[in-house]
Amino acid sequence: MSNLYQGATGDWEVVIGLEIHAQVISESKLFSGSSTKFGSEPNTQVSFVCSAQPGMLPVINDECVRQAIRTGLAMGCQINLRSVFDRKNYFYADLPQGYQISQFKDPIVGEGVVTVDLEDGSTKDIGVERLHLEQDAGKSMHDQHPTMTYVDLNRSGVALMEIVSMPDMRSAEEAGAYFKKIRSLVRYAGTCDGNMDQGSMRADVNVSVRRPGEELGTRTETKNVNSIRYMMLVIESEIRRQVGVLEDGGTIAQETRLFEVATGTTRTMRSKEEAHDYRYFPDPDLLPLEFSQELVDKLAKEMPELADAKRDRFIKDLHITSYNASVLVAEKESADYFEELLAATVAKTAKPVSELGTLVSNWVTGDLFGALKKLGKGITESPVSIEHAAELLNLQVDGTISGRIAKEVFELMLETGSSPETIVEEKGLKQVSDTGAIETMIDEILAANADKVEQYRGGKDKLYGFFVGQVMKQTGGKANPQVVNQLLRPKLDG
Amino acid sequence: MSVDKETVAKIANLARIAVSEDELESTAGELNNILDWVEQLSEVDTDGVEPMTSVVAAALPRRVDEVTDGGYRDQVLKNAPASEHGFFAVPKVIE
Repeated sequence: MSNLYQGATGDWEVVIGLEIHAQVISESKLFSGSSTKFGSEPNTQVSFVCSAQPGMLPVINDECVRQAIRTGLAMGCQINLRSVFDRKNYFYADLPQGYQISQFKDPIVGEGVVTVDLEDGSTKDIGVERLHLEQDAGKSMHDQHPTMTYVDLNRSGVALMEIVSMPDMRSAEEAGAYFKKIRSLVRYAGTCDGNMDQGSMRADVNVSVRRPGEELGTRTETKNVNSIRYMMLVIESEIRRQVGVLEDGGTIAQETRLFEVATGTTRTMRSKEEAHDYRYFPDPDLLPLEFSQELVDKLAKEMPELADAKRDRFIKDLHITSYNASVLVAEKESADYFEELLAATVAKTAKPVSELGTLVSNWVTGDLFGALKKLGKGITESPVSIEHAAELLNLQVDGTISGRIAKEVFELMLETGSSPETIVEEKGLKQVSDTGAIETMIDEILAANADKVEQYRGGKDKLYGFFVGQVMKQTGGKANPQVVNQLLRPKLDG
Repeated sequence: MSVDKETVAKIANLARIAVSEDELESTAGELNNILDWVEQLSEVDTDGVEPMTSVVAAALPRRVDEVTDGGYRDQVLKNAPASEHGFFAVPKVIE
């Protein structure tokens, strides 16, 4: 697949780099003891430190440091045992200190590589340049008052990890796949909830274009893009705009742009260029951040299983298809649900996991996901409990109901919330495996359809399905299909 | 290292300090005096010397991850020139 963009005057190559801001999961802020809880009343989670009252000093939160190390480990990056906090100076109403405490020259996490999966089944390695810890700013609201901007500092001082990629991406698809990968890594590592609606993860998107093989072109940066779909729109619109400008003989200005949701395009941000003169210098309030290799080793040992390892284990140990495995690990909650359900089903059926993996994974990715999609719900809001789901699968495994009836029972579970055993009992859905009863029924059907039996024996094989259908009809679909086949075939071929 | 009038005007703007046109020249002079004075330090040969971050051997103090602060909005807003509905209220900023 070629990633080149066809302009009016020839091909262009696109170069994309991402700066992802991921909010650290922690109880309290990076340098103060106020809460990080989302959605509280304005300014109720603000201390004298995060409102930058005179004389207040920052004290670093140990857990935020560990979270940054864990994230670095998840991305396979170099962990720097010594890093330094700097002040990034700029004025804005939601930045009470007048500077953001960040890391400039010596970040806590250095280079690494992540491998992303592309739609055509291929993979690509994308370099990570660094990850550094920094403070988030407060939140400004410009639309609540005709002449005033309202500022809420609840978010001010919350720990962020800024993850900077190498300019290794060559298409919107690759950038989307990289973002998804980072989101999956931080969610599995438990270091960021990845909740984009609440702004827990957002990206600054750097885009430039060049003729293949030439020097890098001038890039633009589009700030604060908070969904993967928007990010891909930003990239596509920037490619069109930049190629248009260059092909008309113009030049690209290095600038910050804003994404406009309404038009799906970007526009120049009106701030002056010199606003980007951040005058970084080491924060005199903070000594360098130092920790031991033992701490890094300990955290590495305690790391939870990440998505790729989980997918490989599902395929190898549980014998489930690579497609199902990929679907299940895409979201941590789905993988968790699957593993809990598998364990519960193993407990109920007393069969080994390797025999149940396929059944359970097919049920979760097919029946359950289908139903959730119809209901517009996520897996954590599933109306069917693990307990009931395991019971349903057990009924299928022990032959009490057929696969077809299981689907019917599942529908009723969704409607009524009853347990599958109750539903099967009340509706009389138990599979008929009684050979005597089925044999009698088959004899009756063959007698009543003597003409069709003749045609079948005369070579019309397709009629076999008709006879199976008749048995199923008479039993309301409850006849055990295996038993029916065992009995019907010899009688017909008779 | 020395600064000129334009640099002073730029730094003043970045720091949001009002420096009038006729103060630029003298401010540049004062800043250059300070820079020259500090510049004397470069006479010392510091090749191979680790930068010192503290005069005492101290490690960065850490805090455990617990909520121990905040929850006093009235005090936080008390010195603000204006506040409304629990927010700081500032002249409208539009990007």
